[in-house]
Amino acid sequence: MGEASSSDLKKTPLHALHVELGARMVPFAGYDMPVQYPAGILTEHNHTRAQAGLFDVSHMGQARLWGAGADKAIETIVPGNITGLALGRIRYTIFTNEAGGILDDLTIGRAGHHLSIVVNAACKDQDYAHMRAKLPKSMRLEVLEDRALLALQGPAAEKVMARFAPEAAKLGFMSFTSMKVAGLDCTVFRSGYTGEDGFEISVPANDADAFARKFLKEPEVKPIGLGARDSLRLEAGLCLYGHDLDTTTTPAEGDIGWTIAKRRREEGGFPGDKIILKQLAEGPARVRVGIRPDGRAPAREGTKILDAKGKEIGVITSGGFGPTANGPVAMGYVTRGNNAVGTQLGLVVRGATLAAKVAALPFVPHRYKKAI
Amino acid sequence: MADRRYTKDHEWIEINGAVGTVGITNYAQEQLGDVVFVELPPAGKKLTKGGEAAVVESVKAASEVYSPVSGEVVESNAELAKNPAMVNTAAETTGWFVKVKVADAKEVSGLMDAAAYKKFVDGLH
Repeated sequence: MGEASSSDLKKTPLHALHVELGARMVPFAGYDMPVQYPAGILTEHNHTRAQAGLFDVSHMGQARLWGAGADKAIETIVPGNITGLALGRIRYTIFTNEAGGILDDLTIGRAGHHLSIVVNAACKDQDYAHMRAKLPKSMRLEVLEDRALLALQGPAAEKVMARFAPEAAKLGFMSFTSMKVAGLDCTVFRSGYTGEDGFEISVPANDADAFARKFLKEPEVKPIGLGARDSLRLEAGLCLYGHDLDTTTTPAEGDIGWTIAKRRREEGGFPGDKIILKQLAEGPARVRVGIRPDGRAPAREGTKILDAKGKEIGVITSGGFGPTANGPVAMGYVTRGNNAVGTQLGLVVRGATLAAKVAALPFVPHRYKKAI
Repeated sequence: MADRRYTKDHEWIEINGAVGTVGITNYAQEQLGDVVFVELPPAGKKLTKGGEAAVVESVKAASEVYSPVSGEVVESNAELAKNPAMVNTAAETTGWFVKVKVADAKEVSGLMDAAAYKKFVDGLH
C-alpha cells in the first residue's frame, strides 16, 4: 500500500491542486492521477448523481484534424458516419483494425474548418501515429498539448456552468462550440462519461488551475476522482477501453453496432468492414451484457461466467459496486443465446459460484440534456 | 483493558481468556476506502496464522484479511456482514470480524503491542 508515485509519471496541469485537496494519487495511463479525494468514492459518486462533480480528464488526448475532406478521410479508419456529422455536433466512434477489432474508442466533432478529436489517455500516442500513417499527407493532425480537459457532470452542471458561460446552457447533448468560460477561450462539449448531464471543457493549460478553483468554489461542485468516474460510467453501461473493448472485441460483440450508420453498413470502406458487417448481419458468437449478482458480493474484472448448468460461457470485463444501483454491478461477454435479460448465470468468485442474472443496461437511467 | 496486539498486515487481536477478537486497524480501513462487502468465515473454520480469515471489498477492489493467530472461529460478526460500512466507522470497536479460539498463546505474544504498531505505521508515511 501507499507506494510513492514513480517520478517518470506525467502530471496534468491540475496535479498540484489534487495534492492540495488531499487526493490519493495513483498511476493511470502514465499519469499520476487522483483516484479519490478525502470524501471517498461513495460520497463522490453520490454527489455527482445529486449535484455536480468536477473531474480532471486532462490525461485524455485532444487533437484537431485539419485539411479539406478530413471527414471523408477519417471514415477510412473509423466506421462512424462522419461526413454526415452536422456542424457543432459530436459523435462517439471507434478505430477498427483489419480483424474487426477495436484499437480505441473516441469522439469526433465537426468544427468550422477542422474535426475535433478526443481519444483515451492510454492509447493516444498510438492513435496519433495510426492517424498520421493512414490519413493522406494533405491532412494535418494538431495535438493540443497545451490544453487541459475538465468534466463538470451532474444535474446541477448546467446551472453552475451558466454562471461562467450563459450560452453553454443552450448546447444540446453531443454538441460543442468555442466560447468564453470565466473569461477564457474554451471549447465546451455537452458530453461526459457518467450518464448524467454535463460538460467537458477544454481550457488553456496555464489557466486550468485557477479555472478549476473557480468551479470548486461553487456550492454544488466537489472534486471527483477516477474511482467514482469508474463506478459512474459502469452504472451508465459505458465501455472502458482496454477492459470492455479491445483489439479482440468487435463492434457487434461489444454491442456498439449503433455507432455504425446505415450508409457505412451499405458502403463499408473501413478496416475490418467485411468481418464487422457480417457479424452485425448474422449476430456475433458472444456479446457484451450487463450483469447483476443476486447477492451483495461484487464480481470483478476477470471473473468467469457460467451458464445455469455450470458450463463456462464468458468473463466479466468490468465489475464492482454500484452506489446508485445499491449493489454489485458488472459487464461482461457471454455466448449468444445466454444474453437475454433475466438469463441465470453463475459467477466464480473466490472458488464459489454466485448466482447472477443478465441485466438491462444502463443500470442507472441516463439523464442527458436533450438536443435542442 | 484487555491486551491488544497488531500485525504488519494491519489486523488487531484482543485476547479475553482463550478467545481472541480480530479486526482490522483504522489505518487499514483508511487505506481501503469505502467498504461495501465483507465475507466472513463460518464458526468452526480452522484458521492458520497469516492465512486468509476474511475478505473485505471496497468500491475499487477486494482485499484479504489475514488471521493474526492459528485457531478455530467461534463467532463471526453478523452485524458487520449486514452493515459492511462499520469497517470504516468502527474498525477497532464494533466493526470486528471474527472471534477465534487461540490455539497457541505464544503466537499472540509475538505480535506488536500498541506502541510498536504505532511506530510501524508512522514509518510507512
